[in-house]
Amino acid sequence: MAVKFLLNNQEVDLDVDPAMPLLWAIRDIAGLTGTKYACGKALCGSCTVHLDGQPVRSCVLPVSAAAGKTVTTIEGLSEDGSHPVQVAWRELNVAQCGYCQSGQIMSAAALLERVPNPSDDDIDGAMSGNICRCGTYTRIREAIHRIAEDQS
Amino acid sequence: MSELRKISRREFMKRTGQAGGGLVFALTFATACTPADEVADPVARKLASVAPNVYVNIRNDGIVEIYCHRSEMGQGIRTSLPQVIGDELEADWDKIKLIQAIGHEKYGDQNTDGSTSIRKHFDLLRNAGATARDMMIAAAAATWGVPAEECVARDHAVHHEASGRSAGYGDLVDAASGMPQPESAEFKSPADYKYIGKPMDTIDGMAFTTGAAKYATDMVLPDMLYGTIERCPALGGSIASLDDAAARAIAGVVDVIRLPEPSSPPVFNVLGGVAVLATNTWAAERGRAALEIEWDLGANAAYSSDTYKEQLIASASAPGRVTLNRGDADAAAASVHEAIYYAPHLSQAPMEPPAAMARVDEDGNCEVWACSQDPQTARATVAGTLGLEPEQVTVNVTLLGGGFGRKSKPDFIAEAAWLAREAGRPVKVQWTREDDIRQGYLHSVSAQYFRAGQDENGATTTWLHRTSFPSIVTTFAPGVPGPQANELSLGAFDSPWDVPNLRIEACDAPAHVRIGWLRSVCNVFHAYGAGCFVDELAHVKGRDPKEHLLEMIGPARQINPADDGADYGNYGQDLAQHPVDTGRLAAVAEKVADMAGWGRELPDGHGLGIAVHRSFLAYVGAVAEVSVDANGMLKVEEIWTCIDAGLVVNPDRVRSQMEGAAIFGMSLALHGEITASGGAIVEGNFDTYPMCRMSEVPHKIHAHIMESDALPGGVGEPGVPPIAPAIVNAYFAASGNRVRELPLRNAGLV
Ligand code: FES
Ligand code: FES
Repeated sequence: MAVKFLLNNQEVDLDVDPAMPLLWAIRDIAGLTGTKYACGKALCGSCTVHLDGQPVRSCVLPVSAAAGKTVTTIEGLSEDGSHPVQVAWRELNVAQCGYCQSGQIMSAAALLERVPNPSDDDIDGAMSGNICRCGTYTRIREAIHRIAEDQS
Repeated sequence: MSELRKISRREFMKRTGQAGGGLVFALTFATACTPADEVADPVARKLASVAPNVYVNIRNDGIVEIYCHRSEMGQGIRTSLPQVIGDELEADWDKIKLIQAIGHEKYGDQNTDGSTSIRKHFDLLRNAGATARDMMIAAAAATWGVPAEECVARDHAVHHEASGRSAGYGDLVDAASGMPQPESAEFKSPADYKYIGKPMDTIDGMAFTTGAAKYATDMVLPDMLYGTIERCPALGGSIASLDDAAARAIAGVVDVIRLPEPSSPPVFNVLGGVAVLATNTWAAERGRAALEIEWDLGANAAYSSDTYKEQLIASASAPGRVTLNRGDADAAAASVHEAIYYAPHLSQAPMEPPAAMARVDEDGNCEVWACSQDPQTARATVAGTLGLEPEQVTVNVTLLGGGFGRKSKPDFIAEAAWLAREAGRPVKVQWTREDDIRQGYLHSVSAQYFRAGQDENGATTTWLHRTSFPSIVTTFAPGVPGPQANELSLGAFDSPWDVPNLRIEACDAPAHVRIGWLRSVCNVFHAYGAGCFVDELAHVKGRDPKEHLLEMIGPARQINPADDGADYGNYGQDLAQHPVDTGRLAAVAEKVADMAGWGRELPDGHGLGIAVHRSFLAYVGAVAEVSVDANGMLKVEEIWTCIDAGLVVNPDRVRSQMEGAAIFGMSLALHGEITASGGAIVEGNFDTYPMCRMSEVPHKIHAHIMESDALPGGVGEPGVPPIAPAIVNAYFAASGNRVRELPLRNAGLV
């Protein structure tokens, strides 16, 4: 079955099983590998993308749920890595192995869109679904605060 | 003052494993090109270049290619390695192009394990840069007809100050192509370092933040198949019956293939099972779910953590093999204190589960792309699995989405290679999180018994430590009954206590799962047991834990466990160069206590705990501040750490390793537990094997690096061991309750 949606501002028309999780449709069918698999059960946030601007776990969302909607992945967050979250992440050298960071960045970008100056509780609420096995949490928190300060 | 430590060319070749093959001295364009499979840039390959050694290739467009022969898994080696080579080479940071090396013995040791990348390769890397620099100088001097001594290298160019002439490295490629490589090279004075010791930004920062970073799981080849494998729930079992009709009927499923039965001992060989190959991951997973398999669970079908725990504690409670003895640990004492500590199996659970892509060509040669910590072992394992010569196997190393020891074991790479050959198409094998947690190489479950005797003045005079855990060596050899010397060398033999009577005993424990390395390995439980027990003694004696800890460490001295009969490994390095130095251990204890404001007045319900540990030739102190609320729930409020790792190459990456190690240590202290029931692992994903999340980690994790010009020690692992005991000790300080089992969540504290 064909599922149509806007992926990073490009129309895509994917011939897939509608039950296929959006994650695999993005990675295996559309060929964008920045969105990562790490649990497949909405437990870790590595696969976070924006669906009509809202952060969702693409590993448990059937691709059919994206039909007619807008999906943004890490590759589409900015053209050149210049989104404030991406910049702050580099300034603070947040990433260690980097594997969880697509999901962390997508969650942080959605948080800052919703709450431009988040409190620590806001950060806990928005970011606790994203696991980082390397343990970059303190730098992620610092980076989010820094972006809020820079923009206020 | 110039540092005149030199490596002879012979030594250099020996270390790079080239003594037999011989180094190519005069490299012209035709021979200077490195294997095309290491470089995906055909434009660059058409440029003339000169390769002074296997780690450096200087192109005539001025770009210096540096071959990173170590695997990047978050520790930052892809940044710190070119820092070392580039510094000695006087290269411009912006003109360095980093190329990830394939697995090949020409690079010497590539096993990215044991926190070795800097501590064992610092001189090698400096020499690679320094000899390349001297080759550029020699080329310029010959071109200008001046003595080399009158020329200096600076800013990616050679300068002859007297005549005011300069030539960029790219312009010297032609001249250098006819030059012999310098026999040896003088290293820079540390005072002149431009990159070493500086917090250079992560080289992969842009890739990490834009989704461009490529891990094994991201590999794509034309005509590839996506593979997933159902393996026996218990180690060593086999298939009793298989019905794959339903699986084959799933749209997108292309093939169902049985893998060879697992070997005994398991080593790094494939684990058997049934693979489903499909045109996408989703189809493969659905096909796998539709397989009907009956397993014969085999010899480990009775493995259950409940009964095994009793067995392990009984083993540690009885005398074991004496592996180190000083004086008489049974000598009479005025008072005796004893305790048993237990810690469960753990899974490394790197964020990227194991994944590998493989392709086999018409001639049977195999090429793989894998998140491997150890590409040479991967090469040998793939060759063994397919019956090939190692020369017929190429191992490309991708970025690793975390490793923590799991990706030292190439079983998943062998699976991909075997399936690619059977299927006649490229195959990517993707482990699920459940596969990773249930089918991995687990960190050992352990029980440890401690007994200490005190004299009338409260001084500890005897120390007995019995340690019992299934050995990693069981993964490689049959009939290994219990802990081996190489494991006791990890935080047991180098016990720093200043006691006249000390004995360490190894107590038997059979293995029923594959046992493997996990970040800092046996140091995790040895530091936890000893670090908590020494804290218990402080409280028994009514002493301040930090003062008591320093007293137990005693005066600054060097310990040689061999003096007490131990077969001590010292992380593969010379004790003369890297002694067990109690002075450095005491110094990190003092420093970290200062950082944390040890002794200050604390809010109600708060407590501070301290622990120190030496591992991988580095010394780490940790203090945790915890709070206990009205419901008895524990929260880690803040963590301070201090590391003395000798000279450090990139302080920011060292700090990030310490921050990450603190959280890794917190995860295992609070949550980490893998259990077995009926031979199978119970936990499967992050719901049942939780790890720390943003909301429960401290907002502040402090990491101090001691200034030191001592030889570099390890960095990736040493931060982990002192964390769990610091937290447990802090919990005691806050609550008066001593917990002797990990994880703390089993005591209802989190
Ligand atoms: S992979 Fe989707 S939440 Fe973990
Ligand atoms: S940076 Fe490695 S898992 Fe987050």
